[in-house]
Parts: sequence; structure tokens; C-alpha cells
Amino acid sequence: MPPKTLYDKIWNAHVAHEAVDGTCLLYIDRHLVHEVTSPQAFEGLRIAGRSIRSPDKTIAVPDHNVPTTEGREDPQNMTEDSAIQVAALDKNAREFGIHYYPVTDIRQGIVHIVGPEQGWTLPGMTVVCGDSHTATHGAFGSLAHGIGTSEVEHVLATQTLIQKKSKNMKVEITGKLAPGVTAKDITLSVIQRTGTAGGTGHVIEYCGEAIRDLSMEGRMTVCNMAIEGGARAGLIAPDQKTFAYIKGRPHAPKGAQWEAALAWWKTLYSDEDAIWDKVITMSADDIAPVVTWGTSPEDVLPITDVVPSPHDFEGGKVGAVERSLEYMGLSPGTKLSDIKIDTIFIGSCTNGRIEDLRAAADILRGKKIQSGLRAIVVPGSGLVREQAEHEGLAEIFRQAGFEWRLAGCSMCLAMNPDQLRPGERCAATSNRNFEGRQGRGGRTHLMSPAMAAAAAITGRLTDVREMI
Amino acid sequence: MERFTTLTGIAAPMPLVNIDTDMIIPKQFLKTIKRSGLGANLFDEMRYFESGHENPEFVLNQEKYRDCQILVTGENFGCGSSREHAPWALMDFGIRCIISASFADIFYNNCFKNGILPLTFSQEIVANLMQDAEKGANARMTIDLETQSVTTSDGERFLFDIDRFRKYCLLNGLDDIGLTLEKIAFIDTFERQSRMERPWV
Repeated sequence: MPPKTLYDKIWNAHVAHEAVDGTCLLYIDRHLVHEVTSPQAFEGLRIAGRSIRSPDKTIAVPDHNVPTTEGREDPQNMTEDSAIQVAALDKNAREFGIHYYPVTDIRQGIVHIVGPEQGWTLPGMTVVCGDSHTATHGAFGSLAHGIGTSEVEHVLATQTLIQKKSKNMKVEITGKLAPGVTAKDITLSVIQRTGTAGGTGHVIEYCGEAIRDLSMEGRMTVCNMAIEGGARAGLIAPDQKTFAYIKGRPHAPKGAQWEAALAWWKTLYSDEDAIWDKVITMSADDIAPVVTWGTSPEDVLPITDVVPSPHDFEGGKVGAVERSLEYMGLSPGTKLSDIKIDTIFIGSCTNGRIEDLRAAADILRGKKIQSGLRAIVVPGSGLVREQAEHEGLAEIFRQAGFEWRLAGCSMCLAMNPDQLRPGERCAATSNRNFEGRQGRGGRTHLMSPAMAAAAAITGRLTDVREMI
Repeated sequence: MERFTTLTGIAAPMPLVNIDTDMIIPKQFLKTIKRSGLGANLFDEMRYFESGHENPEFVLNQEKYRDCQILVTGENFGCGSSREHAPWALMDFGIRCIISASFADIFYNNCFKNGILPLTFSQEIVANLMQDAEKGANARMTIDLETQSVTTSDGERFLFDIDRFRKYCLLNGLDDIGLTLEKIAFIDTFERQSRMERPWV
């Protein structure tokens, strides 16, 4: 048998039909649904008189619109259009009989945090969601990617997607990360190296010692941003850490099924002599704590660096950098660690898990944030929130001056009341620094939770290594 | 889905690279539960000042480009969020074809589901088409999907590649779900087999 990559193996296990031109019907094992990209799909089914083929494989949770403050189950506390969208999901979930976690359920949270937490995401599965950060689930060795609303409707009706196979790309991070350097720094540094289109048309498999050393939470952070590097999906081969994370979760297999699943999961790795279309190798020694300075996730530099000049770039990027520096209100040559911030946002599907809250709380323990700053911490799910309270992390955040919020997408994308005002500058643990992403005119610097906590203490972008 | 056969129309130049779907349709407009009506807010934050007045410098606000049906753009167009609201907004505005050196995968896919033709050419040819687009309303480009060609206002002709299945669907305005349901027997068979092999799924 020819050698295969992990992606080849999962792909082959899910092809329900292949046409002569290579167009495939790929079977979908898990379909996650949220309120923003699904209403038109459910409406389409209704109009065509179609039903959902596999309601038991379909899981819905509202996350993008929901406020993160108390009293949010009252629609009065949402804008009218948000309330309509959340109500539509509620109606669709109940009417079509799919698994559903409403805002009043402690298990509610960001869809990409809820899926793994509940054991819906398992190795070797195909997982889709009308959301580009579905790549997150690749951390379990499942082929997971975002789809558009027409495809959401297609999966609801047929439990398949029309797909052509992508190319294989390997990103290897050798060696060990230095203290203060995290999964977020890996994923941002990879995007800096490849650019936001470097992974286009590929599925990335992340491997190497630094990746294996990461916890499941860290691996989810890395895969989450595969899409920011242009790849639809990121993968990490499952190992003992993966199996230990899954075991005992509500929807994980049990008993004899667990043993059968485990036996198959252990075959899910890229063969030694597998052929790659593209290979990137980086040394963990070369990865420092990083921040973004511009309005594209590829605009990444170590915190010890300075704001670049448009003339450091070539082609169309020159104009893009001029535009982004103007938007960001930054001048070339400014030390990144001199950039003052107004707001700190810790949360999102990239960094809203328990380990992220622990990392930030470690830096904040016994300290206060700079006066005048607005700082919010938004756990990724009700269960993450509960655990953080149990571990005393919530108290550390509160004591430091952070607002301790309820679970949701929050300020990552400003579809809910958590938004930046024009010109406001934010240290954010989310995934996109696009113009207007966190609110019209808002200025986003992406970084790790530990770096965001350090910035909260000093009021400027800060090298967290000075605090550990 | 609306079919796409030939199109002769005005092309607007947008040379900026990495135009993301947050720029194409900002998040505040994703709260709709309909597919229609998003054209008014296409490129909203570039197109309008905060006061709500039009920014006269933005290309689609210039008289000659108001009725454009084609965009010629910088590379990596449509990166970021998977929102299908981006092609819905483009379509609602009247855009039927986008030409770039590269597209982000999800956006590219979403275009085909909505009767929009995204065309990829080399940087050199995109530069050439960008120049043609800069001539404004007098420069009409013609796109012929059947012969897979773009003809500039000067009569220069460039051929493009396109996936055969996608071309077939666009030419005939076919609905994916209907096509897949014709293959339902294969899905049934796969499901039965996979239930035996991977009963935990």
C-alpha cells in the first residue's frame, strides 16, 4: 500500500461516492450549528420540504450574539435582530430535533469549545460547522473545516459535502518552547512565515516535539488558526493525551466501543514515508512571545521588535501595510512594547479554555491591572467558567480588576454588546485583527493569554517573560 | 440558483490585497435571517463614513462604477470568516464575477453556490485586467463561461481554467442538494457500512 498522510486516511474513510472527475461526496460525522450561519439553511429545508438526514449527528448552540452579562436569557437584553436570530435557532433546533444547548444550559458556550468538551469531537471524524474556526477540532485528529450556509443546508439534507481533495502540507515545530512562549505564539509565528494565503488549498498537519508537548487545549489553539494561514483544516495526530482527554466525556464511546474506537484511532498518523505537497519546518527556539501590529493575522512580530515600515514589504502588501498602519494609528519604528492599550479581552474559541484562563491568572495573581483599563475575561463555556471558579481563577481575575463574564464569542467579533469603540486599542486573545472586527474603528493586537494579562498590568504591550 | 452563461459588464478595480469577508460585509449585518437585501451594506465600512454618508473616494461610489458587475481584486480575496453573507451581499449589489490572482477556499466555494463566478489568473494577467477596469464605464469586459474566456474592452482575450462540475452547475443553475439526492443510494450504503465499522460515531 502506498504511504498515506493522516489526512489521506481520514478522507479515504469518508468517501461515499467519487465521480470520474474526482468530485467526492464526503460523509460528515458531526455537524455543529450556531445561530448566525444557519437560519437561511433551515429555511431552505422548509421551503423544499426536506428534513434533516441525521439529527443525532447535529449539535446546535447559540454563541455569536449572546450577551456575556447576567440576565442574558431575557431577549430584552439583546438587540432585536440578535434576539430574532437566537430565537430562530431555538425554534429550528426544537422543531428539527437536533442536540441543543440553549443559553440557560451550563453546557452552553462557544461551539468549538462545547464540541470537544462534550465528547462530540473524536479522532478520525469529519466535523463541519458554518464557521471558519471549525479547524479547532483538528487538534483531535479529526478532519474539521468551516463551510458556508448553502453547505450547511447540504449537510443537513444529505449528511455529505461535495468536495475535492486538498493537498497535504506539513508544519513541523522542532524542539521545546522556552518559558513564556505558548501555543498561540506557535500558531501566529507559523502564519507570519506562511502568510494568510500560504495554506490555501491545503490541509495542514502540525507535528514535531513542540506540538506533541502541547496539551489538548494548546493543540486546539494551534489548529484553530489554521484558517488564518489559509488552510481550511489543521490536524494533529491523536496520541495518549488525546485519548485521555476524551475518555469519560458525555458523548465519548464507552466499554467495548471505546476499545474498538481506540484500536482504530491508534492507526491515525501519517506514515513515515508519506508524500507532502508542502513542508514548513520551524525551530521552537526561534519562536518568541509575539503580537500582531497590523490588520492581517500575518502581521506578526516578536514583542521585542518595532512597528515595520511599508517599505519593508513588496508588491500589493506595501499599500496594504500603509493602510493598516493608518488604521492602527501606528508609526514605523515605534517599539511594540511602547504601544499603550485601552482594553484587554481574554476569551474566544482560540483562547477561552481552562488552560488559557490558568495561564492568564498565573500572571495576574496578586496584581492589579492599570487603572482606567477595561478588562474582560470570557470563559469559552459554562463548564469552563464553573471550573475556573472552582479553581479560584475567577477570584484572581476579579481581584485584579477584570470583569468575569458568562460564556460566548463576546468581543472576538462584536456581534453582541461587547465591542470596541472607534480608536480603542485592545490586547486580545482572539484570532482576527481585521479592520472593524472587534467594532468599527477598533484596533486589535492579537497575542497569547499570558501576554494579554501582562499587558493588562502595565497598560502597554509587554513581554511576559519579564514577569515570570 | 441563477445560471451563469455570458456576462458583459463594467469591471471595478480593487487592488487591495487580503480583502477579508469582514470588509465585504461587516458583522452587524450578519444578524439577518434572510439571504436578500445585503447589497446596500456591501463593503460598508469602506463605502460609508460613520455619519452614514458615502465616501466619494471608494471605488463603488464613483459614478462610473456604480453599475459594475465584475470586480478585479488584489490576491487572497475573501479570506477570513466563512460567512456566505459575503457572496450574498456581492450578488445583491449586482456583482456576478470576481477576478483575482487567488481566493480564500471557503469564499471561493461559497461563490459557486450563489451563481457568482470567481476567476483566477496569474498576477500579470490580473494586472492587465486591473488596467482595463481602471478605464471605467467605457471599458466593458466580456466573460464567456462556455468557452472559458475573458475579453477586455480592447479585444484582448484570456482563457481560464475551471472545475468541470462547477462549470456544469453554473451553466445550468443547478442546485447541489438536488444533485446529491440523486446519489442517495450511495450515501445509504456508506452509512450502513460505516455503522458496522465505526459504530461509535
